[in-house]
Amino acid sequence: MPDRQGLHVRLRHAAPFALDLEFDAPAGTITALFGASGSGKTTVLRAVAGLHPTREALVTCSGRTWADTATGQWLAAHRRPVGFVFQDYALFPHLTVREQLALALGHRRPRERSSRVAELLAAARLEDLADRRPATLSGGQQQRVAIARALAREPALLLLDEPFAAVDWALRDALRRELVDLQRRLSLTVLLVTHDFEDVAKLASQLVVLERGSVATAGSVATITSRNAVPGLDRWREPAVALDATVIAQDTDRQLSLLAAGGMELEVPSVAAPVGGLVRIQLAAREVVLASARPEGLSLHNVLEARVAAVEPASHEALRLVHLDVASTRLLSLVTADAVRRLALAPGVPVLALVKAVAVEAFA
Amino acid sequence: MDWTALGLSLRLGAVTLLLLMPFAFVLARALAFGRWRGRGVVQALVALPLILPPTVLGYYLLVALGRASPLGALFESTFGRPLVFSFEALVIASLVVNLPFAVQPMQNALAAIPGNLRDAARCCGLSPAAAMRRVELPLALPGIGTAAVLTFAHTLGEFGVVLMVGGAIPGETRTVAIAIYDSVQSFDEPAAASMALALLVIAVLALLLTNALARRAWRRD
Repeated sequence: MPDRQGLHVRLRHAAPFALDLEFDAPAGTITALFGASGSGKTTVLRAVAGLHPTREALVTCSGRTWADTATGQWLAAHRRPVGFVFQDYALFPHLTVREQLALALGHRRPRERSSRVAELLAAARLEDLADRRPATLSGGQQQRVAIARALAREPALLLLDEPFAAVDWALRDALRRELVDLQRRLSLTVLLVTHDFEDVAKLASQLVVLERGSVATAGSVATITSRNAVPGLDRWREPAVALDATVIAQDTDRQLSLLAAGGMELEVPSVAAPVGGLVRIQLAAREVVLASARPEGLSLHNVLEARVAAVEPASHEALRLVHLDVASTRLLSLVTADAVRRLALAPGVPVLALVKAVAVEAFA
Repeated sequence: MDWTALGLSLRLGAVTLLLLMPFAFVLARALAFGRWRGRGVVQALVALPLILPPTVLGYYLLVALGRASPLGALFESTFGRPLVFSFEALVIASLVVNLPFAVQPMQNALAAIPGNLRDAARCCGLSPAAAMRRVELPLALPGIGTAAVLTFAHTLGEFGVVLMVGGAIPGETRTVAIAIYDSVQSFDEPAAASMALALLVIAVLALLLTNALARRAWRRD
């Protein structure tokens, strides 16, 4: 069932490589298009933007048809309300930051443009750089300009092509935070192409895994990461569940934050988010310890009551991946086959999942 | 010093620039970005004046502009005088001869614009015409400048083709390059020397200008 408000994409193409896929990106969320290089991610993004015609295409967004080869409808790229952030940012070398933004304001009346540019410069903290040309900006600054320029159009859809590939590793989390902030504040619909699962785990709520031009897996990030065998994904990551969490309390004395995620509560080292704020957490299967009785005298903060849902083979023959139902969500625990025997783990068996506070990777 | 000849040469250069540059830009753009049938053939035809002997080119132009040709006949019936050996014939010859000098620098400059900048222009909501005006044209400006300088300088210096289709009618088709030749033929050494020096100075200035334009190219890293 196509999402009327969000983005619906169906593409089919034979050359230069086969493309045959269909997916949705719900309105107001970040959807990640994940896959190895050559899986067709960027081509999909370009097709959505109208930069790459495909033999068969159906692209609808916010209730409007951008392309439908069945009826011959085709909206030219410059008429599609998209903001495109290119991998290398594609800033115009001959224009200052201010001019880049003004260039994308053709839809506004001329007398509104300069005040709108000022707003965009302020929002992206670019006022001091307004009269600089791209060649004099750092990678992070260039990215801010590229995103501001993409947003200048007030797009119905923001397209990001590997937005963090060109920036220093150390800078990525800060830029990811800015993007999440922006997306929530403007409730943007975002389609993000990436080959870095960190981007998926920290930013996206929906995931479309591409493999050789077709969709291998699609669904919510939490659901997909809590499964064991995920077509197209297993090679890229070790088992870890990514969940949306809410801050329910901040304990400044103990420097801990209490988070609620999928009906369970977790204590984690304090996160920089207000009570009620949203946090993305990741919990690696190898960090979840199983116990049959409540342990004493450990440094541990989180003891979760769980029930075994399934025991599956893992990447190594001596290991097992135990699926756990915890409250209304699912966690994964990577243990040895020996531990499975000793604890007699089988579907339906109650068990305690032990999670160190520092094992929870929180991204606020 | 034959001031009439110098004036004529400068006028020919200016008219050639005015007529050739817009057409050459459109052609250069089609060659740089287009993927159409016959592109390779057009590309080769554009370069042809570079390698063809001027006398061969001049001969075919004479045939194409002569009384027996449709163009020559049309011109004569409209204006009451033959097209060959006229200033208009020189202009047509000059347009053909200068085609590679105008097209190739612009084509190279346009082809050097990264594809994603043109994509970005479209995603910024610019129509193809607006993208050409606000992104392609400014980025190709050094190439356009080079094309203009080369075309102008080459027009002043063209000899063989001009002699073939224009002859050497003072005030009508006798350009500086022809006047120098005539001066040498009639042992007027001082006149030849001063005109040769004038062309030399113009050529050096043209090259300096071309280099300055190339240095102004936006650095793309």
